[in-house]
Amino acid sequence: MNLYALLIVLTASALTILLRALPFLLFGGGRPMPPLVRYLGGALPAAIIAILVIYCIRSVVPFSLSGSVPQLLALGAVAALHLWKRSTLLSIFGGTALYMVLIRLPLFA
Amino acid sequence: MRSNRRQVLAYAFRQTLPVMFGYLFLGLAYGILLRQAGFAPGWALLTSGIVYAGSLQFVLVDFLATAASLPTVALMTLFINGRHLFYGLSFVERFQAMGKKRPYMIFSLSDETYSVLCGMAPPPGIDRDQAMFLAALLDHSYWIVGSVLGTLVGQLPLDFTGIDFSMTALFFVIFLDQWRAAKSHLPALLGLGSALIFLLVWPENFLLPALATTAVLLLLCRPAMQAKEDTAP
Repeated sequence: MNLYALLIVLTASALTILLRALPFLLFGGGRPMPPLVRYLGGALPAAIIAILVIYCIRSVVPFSLSGSVPQLLALGAVAALHLWKRSTLLSIFGGTALYMVLIRLPLFA
Repeated sequence: MRSNRRQVLAYAFRQTLPVMFGYLFLGLAYGILLRQAGFAPGWALLTSGIVYAGSLQFVLVDFLATAASLPTVALMTLFINGRHLFYGLSFVERFQAMGKKRPYMIFSLSDETYSVLCGMAPPPGIDRDQAMFLAALLDHSYWIVGSVLGTLVGQLPLDFTGIDFSMTALFFVIFLDQWRAAKSHLPALLGLGSALIFLLVWPENFLLPALATTAVLLLLCRPAMQAKEDTAP
């Protein structure tokens, strides 16, 4: 057993748990949430999801034919499928299938 | 009651299906790296079990292999996972009602679980708290199974390259749904704008500055946002 490695894992775990628990420690326990925090809790999710979309496709920058185009095309397919059928699973499977085909084409490989 | 439990599980499973592919694939990649750094499957079980933060765990592989100093580990954890501070804010009241499940819900609020929970709108007859708990538990299991498998098999005979796009697609679908439901598009636009700007100027570490900037901008826009809400029909 590598004790120092265990210490590293425990440090990372404890701090990750602290970060996740902090909002609940501050505003849980029946203490009323300040209006400012309530406002942020309402407005932040849409902003965070938008940021995470960009995070997921971060490798499209810097632009390259093989690295960027399949992701952008597949993302377009997800949007088209979702606006058309509004089925979350269909949009995700359709977009992913297209992506997996595209990256195997000689043009993008 | 029993058949309803199964319906809830089936519902939670459907909601987490895209995360399953993403987590199994990324977990596999993580496990393979961990094994290459000389760590046995037990370490995948341990790290994915109690750290449960994908992007941090990939960095941890290097830290474990080089026995990095604890302050370095601590700083990196705060930096990479700082965004989790923002996630909890939207669920403070929701989790309050979840009793014994609450500590686990807080612990397991990963990026993907956060997005699955945000997108959850169960049909009548499905207990929402139960479905949220099962979804969180399923996501965690996918990640653990994927990473342990990675250390075990090393490499699959089949080529699954590209299946991790399902996570990108998941985030994007949730983005589209939220966009349609939102009274104001300002939060989404501010998030998109600052993420794009920071991605262009600081691609290696754009996540946290983009989140912080967006939070500050949202605070500055609060009077306008609330005035709009008050005049809405």
